Order: sequence, then structure tokens, then C-alpha cells
Amino acid sequence: MKKEKLLDLYYQMTLIRHLEESGAELYQVGKIGGFMHLYIGQEAVSTGLIAARKPQDRVITAYRDHGVAINCGIPANEVMAELMGKSTGISKGRGGSMHMADVSRNFWGGHAIVGAHMPLAAGLALGDKYAGRDGVTICMFGEGATNIGYFHEAVNLSKVWELPLLWVCENNIYGMGTDVRRASAVSEIQQKAEGYGIAHTGVDGMDVIAVFNAAIKALEEIRSGSGPQMLEIKTYRFRGHSMGDPERYRKAEEVRAWQEHDPIKNFHAYLVKNRKATAKALVEIDSHARADVQKAIEFAEASPEPGLDTLFDHVYAEEM
Amino acid sequence: MTRLTMREAISQAMWEEMERDANIFILGEEVGVWGGSYAVTKGFFDHFGGERVRDTPISEAAIVGAAIGAALTGLRPIAELMTINFAFSAMDLIVNEAAKLHYMFGGQFVLPLVIRAVSGGGRQLGATHSQTPDVIFAHFPGLKVVSPGTPEDAKGLLKSAIRSDDPVLFIENATMYQTKGEVPEGDYVIPIGRSKIQRPGKDVTIVTYSKGLEISLQAAETLSGEGVQAEVVDLRTLRPLDMGPVIESFMKTNRAVIVEEGWKSYGVGAEVSSRIYEQAFDYLDAPVVRVAQKEVPLPYNRSLEQSALPQAADVVAAVREVL
Repeated sequence: MKKEKLLDLYYQMTLIRHLEESGAELYQVGKIGGFMHLYIGQEAVSTGLIAARKPQDRVITAYRDHGVAINCGIPANEVMAELMGKSTGISKGRGGSMHMADVSRNFWGGHAIVGAHMPLAAGLALGDKYAGRDGVTICMFGEGATNIGYFHEAVNLSKVWELPLLWVCENNIYGMGTDVRRASAVSEIQQKAEGYGIAHTGVDGMDVIAVFNAAIKALEEIRSGSGPQMLEIKTYRFRGHSMGDPERYRKAEEVRAWQEHDPIKNFHAYLVKNRKATAKALVEIDSHARADVQKAIEFAEASPEPGLDTLFDHVYAEEM
Repeated sequence: MTRLTMREAISQAMWEEMERDANIFILGEEVGVWGGSYAVTKGFFDHFGGERVRDTPISEAAIVGAAIGAALTGLRPIAELMTINFAFSAMDLIVNEAAKLHYMFGGQFVLPLVIRAVSGGGRQLGATHSQTPDVIFAHFPGLKVVSPGTPEDAKGLLKSAIRSDDPVLFIENATMYQTKGEVPEGDYVIPIGRSKIQRPGKDVTIVTYSKGLEISLQAAETLSGEGVQAEVVDLRTLRPLDMGPVIESFMKTNRAVIVEEGWKSYGVGAEVSSRIYEQAFDYLDAPVVRVAQKEVPLPYNRSLEQSALPQAADVVAAVREVL
């Protein structure tokens, strides 16, 4: 990867981190409502993954979608405005935290029913295959989603139809508060790919370069006709499942231990060690990201609420 | 005009649309090699090939989900659910995804999607395969729910559904595939969301749709022999509901009976009668009466099953009640 791209990834990761830390504060003071699930700790996963995609590759994910939205190129302004429910938000204030998408950037949401987006991903991939395009659909989901029927129906169909699909399990160990070992018959999720005859790889999700390399390889193979593949990316969320999580299911020491492997710190160390950037340059990138988040907050605060006369807009695509 | 069965009309609509637009494809259980559980897609596989007539696993969530995803890419899928009872296995995708995506993402997602499903009882299939849960789907804004009662409407409405950029649930009735009717030659469409007077009359308004139309027309014929002229209004679309012709008719007759095959509670009759009360209270000469399925899971035994389903005689009795 070129130095410029590496630094851009560092920027994206710090932008996600700062945006979500600010988001948590705005949530506490009531400026963001509903459910909000933070990606803090998992930034390397979507950053590395999406850095590996080509523009024709579609991305679809679950409800922990702020990072994915940023990585797909949605400006922080529009992400923050959506969190605040403003008309300038990427979903015009109709979606909120869990429902962000940007079709122009090939980002297909932001889906809040666990696993329900997985059959949709099969359809997205079918669309490209049917039309003879060479796009690959990247479908991200948590390990908790692999226990619901959707996972099995969608993965099965993807293999039966040999769809250009990269299934990406973000295994952050906990489905809400339930440890994967208490919820899944096999705690190594990639074993489930075996049952469907799908190639699979485990990846260190705290290492953005490792994620990037695994994704490049898988996407290339799928594009060349390998059929669907699965990555199990092992990661950890540093914050609760959502903003209202008492975190009784894990110990502070466990969280601290994982924080030693903070993906941003890891990447910082990599960049400095490999002389891709000086510590000073990285501080500047970090400050830049922080300033962009501040601007995004100002943009969102200054943006208008959606007009009440727009309530019925977009129920149907066609005039009724 | 030409005389076609409901099956032929539905089949023709899809065939002609698929000839016209290569983005249209069919997916579902046994739609291909088998030719469709109700033989609606007979011959399609040989003519259009396996890419466009896709047999799926028995996997309703995969069928509906893949159809939604494919629709998002600009294709125009027609997903066939063998019976509407199996739609419950894909209910979440229908109501939480298909009905929501356009709105929830601020208009970015467009879903030119048709889900065809077979509804209705009367074939001794037992409680799980005989339901008429059409109204459940009509509850959700974002979906369009169409259910024709004649071959002419079936062909024209299905073409509209296929050309629609919104998700449409197209409900067919299991016992009506052999129903015959006059169908215009060639290409025509009937707009979604328009009720239609299927039989004019002046004494009472019968509001119905799908299988209910068949028994209502039979009842109207019987009543005619008694000197009672019933006007039969066919809703054809449950959402969006077009009350215009209903209210217009009711203002003339001042009496209404509502007929549906599904259960009475929270049904089409409840909705339509409520709207009549809201929109035309001053024209009311008698309480609105509802004819519907008795409130039991449908039994297997033929006599028991038929006793639970609404019959033409029930409609005749209801009309006498409001006169």
C-alpha cells in the first residue's frame, strides 16, 4: 500500500473514533436519540476491508454502521447530521444511527434486524452476476448473526448459486451480552462456512493491514470466479453493545487487556516502525480528524430539522 | 377479447413482460423445471432459461431477501411464494425490509419487486395451508397489496405490479386458477389502487375482492331473481385502498355488505365499514354487515371446512339483513 493510502486509513480510523466519542457525548445530553451502537475498538475491520474494495463492490452491514459509513466515503457531516436526525443527514433524518446508506457510494446500509440483511446481500450479488458485472458484494455481520436462520439460508444460497459474495463475520465475542461460547455451537465461526463448502480464513481484526490483505486476496479470488468466501475477523468492542449497556457480562480487566491491542495504537506503531510516518505527522492527522468531527457537529447543529410537511415523503417511490 | 383462465392470464402477464424486459426474472420453489406448483410458470424454464426462471431451495427468507437485494440493483424480480402461509417464514423481510427501505434511507433505495403468493382455503389442506391473511400485509405502509378477482384484472394488475417501482404483494386465490373470464387482447395495464364496480345495482352495495367477488356475484345473481339489484364493488387493491367507488355506490344505495374470505376480526370488513362510517355516516340506512370466515383454524374435513368459509348464501342472507 502506498504511504498516502496508509495515512488516509489512519485518518479514517481516527475520524471514526473521534466521531463516535463525540457521538456518545451528544447522546448523553440528548442530542442523539434512539439506539446507538459504537464501533470503537473495531475500526480496523471496516477500514481495512473497505480499503480493499473496488468502486463496483457493494457493501452492506448491520446496525453498527457509523464506521462503515465513513469508510465508504460518506462525509462526517452527513453521518453526524443523521445521528442528530437532521434533514441534511444521509438518510434525511429518517434512518438514524442504525440506518445509514449511500447508494451513490455503493453502501447499501445499515440494517437493524439481526441477519436480515444477509439474504439481501445474496440478492445484491445476484444482481451483479445476472448483469455480468464484476462487482463483489461485501456483507458484514456479527458473530451473533450466525445463529439465526438468515445466515444459513443466505450462505447456502450464495454457494448454490455461486454468487460473488464476501461474507465477513466480525467476531467481537459478544452478541449483546452473551458470550459466543454460550450462544453458538462452535465458537470459531468460520467452521460454519465448512458446512456450506465455502473457503474461509481467520483474520486479526485489530490489525488493519492484516484485514486489508485478507480482503484483497478474497475479493480477487471471488472476482476471478472462486464463488463466495468467508472471513472471520476477530475483534472486540471497547464500549457496550449500545449506549444503555451496564456491561455486567464482562470484567473491566478483559476490556483493558483488549485495549492494549487498540487497532489505532497498533496501526500507529506500524506506521512509525516502518517509517511511513513520524509520530508528529500522525498527531497532525489525528488533530485534523478531531477538527473535522467538530465541523461535522457544527454542521449538524446548524442544519434544519426535516419539515413536518415531509412526513409522508418516500413512503412509496411512485406517486399515489 | 379472448376467454382465459386466471392461471392463463397471470401466466401471460409474466410471459409478455419478460419478453419485453430482460431485467425481469422469476425465482421461487419449483418455478422452473417443475413449472410452478400451480403450473403458472409452465413452459417458462424452457423458453427463458434457468437464469431467468430460478429454482430456489425451500428457503423463503432467501427467496424474498434475494429478490429484495436484486431489485435494489435495478432488476425486476418476481418472487413466487408457493402459498401465502409460507410468507410468514419471510415476514420480517417483507415488513421490516421491503416495506421500509425506500422510506428509511430517505428515498435512496428503489425496489421494483413483486412477490406473488397464493392465498385462500377450500382445498382441504388443513389449517396451516389454507389461510387468507391478506389484510396482515395490507397493514404496512410501504407495501402495495393487490388481489384481483377476474382474469382481466389479474393480467392488467400483474403487469402494473411488475412495472411498479414499489414492492407489490400480488395475492392469487388457490381455488380461482380455473376461473374464466374475458380478457382484452394484447398489452394492457390496470392501475394499482383503483376499485371497480363489477356489477351495477341500486339497492345495496356489496364490497369485496378476490374470492369474495366470485361468491358476491353469485349472490347478486340470486338476489336479482328476487328483485334486489346489488352493486358489487371490487377493491382489487387492499393498499392503497380506493374508497371512491365504494362511497359513491353507498351514497346511492345507503346499505352495505362487505365480503371477504379471511377472518372477520380486524379484517377488510372492519376497515371498509369504518371508513364508510367516517365518510358517509349521514347516508347510512342500516348497520353495515360483514361476511367473512368463521373464527377457527380451517379444518381438513370438507364439510367442516366449507362451513367455516363464507358462501354465496351467507352474502344473500347478509343483504336481506341490511334491506
